[in-house]
Amino acid sequence: MEAFTTHTGRAVPLRRSNVDTDQIIPAHWLKKVTRDGFEDGLFEAWRKDETFILNQPERKGATVLVAGPDFGTGSSREHAVWALQNYGFKTVISSRFADIFRGNSLKNGLLTVVLEQKIVDALWELTEKDPQAEITVDLVEREVRAEGITASFELDENSRWRLLNGLDDISITLRNEADIAAYEAKRPSFKPQTLKV
Amino acid sequence: MGRTLAEKVWDDHVVRRAEGEPDLLFIDLHLLHEVTSPQAFDGLRKSGRKVRRLDLTIATEDHNTPTLDIDKPIADPVSRVQLETLRKNAAEFGVRLHPLGDVEQGVVHVVGPQLGLTQPGTTVVCGDSHTSTHGAFGALAFGIGTSQVEHVLATQTLPMTRPKTMAITVDGELPEGVTAKDLILAIIARIGTGGGQGYILEYRGSAIEKLSMEARMTICNMSIEAGARAGMIAPDETTFAYLKGRPHAPEGADWDAAVEYWKTLRTDDDAEFDAEVVIDAAELSPFVTWGTNPGQGLPLSASVPDPASYEDASERLAAEKALEYMGLEAGQPLRSIKVDTVFVGSCTNGRIEDLRAAAEIMKDRKVADGVRMLVVPGSARVGLQAVDEGLDLVFKEAGAEWRHAGCSMCLGMNPDQLAPGERSASTSNRNFEGRQGKGGRTHLVSPQVAAATAVLGHLASPADLSDAETRTPAGV
Ligand code: SF4
Repeated sequence: MEAFTTHTGRAVPLRRSNVDTDQIIPAHWLKKVTRDGFEDGLFEAWRKDETFILNQPERKGATVLVAGPDFGTGSSREHAVWALQNYGFKTVISSRFADIFRGNSLKNGLLTVVLEQKIVDALWELTEKDPQAEITVDLVEREVRAEGITASFELDENSRWRLLNGLDDISITLRNEADIAAYEAKRPSFKPQTLKV
Repeated sequence: MGRTLAEKVWDDHVVRRAEGEPDLLFIDLHLLHEVTSPQAFDGLRKSGRKVRRLDLTIATEDHNTPTLDIDKPIADPVSRVQLETLRKNAAEFGVRLHPLGDVEQGVVHVVGPQLGLTQPGTTVVCGDSHTSTHGAFGALAFGIGTSQVEHVLATQTLPMTRPKTMAITVDGELPEGVTAKDLILAIIARIGTGGGQGYILEYRGSAIEKLSMEARMTICNMSIEAGARAGMIAPDETTFAYLKGRPHAPEGADWDAAVEYWKTLRTDDDAEFDAEVVIDAAELSPFVTWGTNPGQGLPLSASVPDPASYEDASERLAAEKALEYMGLEAGQPLRSIKVDTVFVGSCTNGRIEDLRAAAEIMKDRKVADGVRMLVVPGSARVGLQAVDEGLDLVFKEAGAEWRHAGCSMCLGMNPDQLAPGERSASTSNRNFEGRQGKGGRTHLVSPQVAAATAVLGHLASPADLSDAETRTPAGV
C-alpha cells in the first residue's frame, strides 16, 4: 500500500448526499477479477450526463473529491474504493461516511477525511468558483488547508500510523501469530467446522 | 456492570487486545462467493500465503449464476470468468465449494444457516454486506471488504474496533398480515438509513422472541440498510430447535456443551446500551418503499409523500430526486402504483417460509395480465423443499416463473433484470437506482405483499384480495 503523508490537488465538488456504492461503481463492474481498470465505471450512470461535474474539462486531473454527507452507503464492495483510486482520487472529504466504505478506504490508502458540513460547504463554494483552487490534505498535521480555510480533522492513531507508513494489515497481524495459535488451541470442540461431515 | 449480547460474543473472540489498537478478533466462519473473493485470492498468491483455516472456510456461487438453463454454459462471458475464477481458486487453495448445480449451492446467507454452520456465539464474516443475516442466531456477523477477505483467509482474524450497541425493542403482537419484512422496513423508516451507523443492533422484546428463525433472519439481514454493520438476536429455544440435527450442528456431548454456552448469550439485565429505540408491534401494518433508499418507506395505506413536507433540506432534495426517478406523483395512493414485475427471492425473503407465505396467497389465483412474477428460491435446497411441498406447482399454475436458486433479480448481475422504466415489487432489500437493472424502479415489500401485488397488478396486501373475485375454486 502506498504511504499517505500529505497531498495537494485540485478538487471535484460533488454536491450530492447519500451517494451509495451502486452509484460509485455499478454492480456489473463487480464481475472483474482484478483490482485495476475500474476508472471508467466510476459514477458511470451520472457520467452519461454531459453536465455532470466529473465531465467538465476543468476538473480533469483533480485528485480530491469533496462529497455530500453519507458518502459510500450501501454494499460493502471494495471496488468503490478502487474505482476512486483508479480514476486518480487520493482523498475524499465528506461530513459523514458509511462505516464499511470508510474502513475499506483506509485499508487501501485512500484517505477519507471527515469535516463539518459547514467546512465542506466552504470547500464546495471555493472550488466551484475557482476550479483551479487547490486543497491540501495533510495527514502529518491532520489538517485540511485551502484558500481561506484551515480545518483540522480526526483520524484514529492506528489508521494514521499505517497510512503514514504504507503498512498493510496482514503483515501487521502476522507479527502476532503466536497469539492466534494460542487462541486456536483453546477453542471449544463444539465450534462449527466446514470440512467435517 | 453487565454486558450486552454483542459484548459477550466480542469478548469471547479477542485474540489480542492492546491499548490504542483495534482488537484482533478470531473468526469462526468465513463464507466466500465469486464476487468479492478473486482479488483476495490474487493477493494471497502474490504474497505466497495460503488459507490458514480451510476447516472454517466455505464457498458458494450466487451473484452471477443464471436461474434458467443452469446445465448450459453461462452466456455472459464476464460472469463466466468470475465463476471460473472462484472454481480455480477453490481448487488451488483447497476451499470447499458448492458450485452451480450442487445441491448445497445458493445465496451464501441462506446456505450457512441451512447447513447449521451459523451458530450462536460465533463470529461470521463474508465479503457481502448482508452477512448481518447470520446475527439472527446470536452470532456476531458482519460484511467485510475484499482486503479483509484476504486478511481472514491468511490469518483467520480481523483487527476491529468494537462498535457501540443499540437496543431495538419491539414489544406486543404483530397484527395479522404484518411480517418481519414490514417490521424491519418500519424500523429503517424510523431510524433512517444512517441511524444504525457505528452500532451493533440488538433486536429484542416479546414480538422478536415470537418470530421464527426465518423471520429473524429477514430482520437481521436488513440491519445494514439501517446503516449498522451487524444486527443480533439472542439465541433461545427457537434457535436451538432450528439447529438441532443440521449437518454441521454439534452432536452428543458437544451439543450439550454448546447449548449450555449458548444459553449464556443474553444481554445481562444490568447491561447498558449506547442507544435504545422502542417500537410497538401493534401499531404496524404492511409497509412498502416508495423511494430509492430503504428508509423511504410508508405503510401501504399511505400516499406518496410530498417532498415539500420535509423540513430537512437534504431529505427534501432526496425525496424530489426519488420521485423523479421512480416516476411517481406526490399524493398518489401507494395502492394505485402498478407494477410490471414481481420478484420473490433473495437472502432477505428467499427461504422456505417466505415461499410458503407467497404460495398460500397465489394458490388458485392468477398473476395479473401484463405482470411477470419470478420466484427464485434462496438456495437449491430451499428449491427442492418447495418442490417437495408442491409450491413450485402453485406458482406455475398461477402463471409465475419458477427459477433456480441464486441472487437473481435482487441485483441483476445475472440475466434477471428490469428493463429501463420497469417497476417491480420485490422482496429483496435494496431499492437503489438501477439496482435491479438500469433504469428499473423497485418497491421493497414482504412476500405476502409481493404475492397480492402479483394478483392485482398494483401494490396490495393480502387483505385487498377478495376471494370471490380472484380465486378460482378448486376443480373449476
Ligand atoms: S440476494 Fe441480494 S442482498 Fe443477498 S447476497 Fe445476493 S445480491 Fe446480496
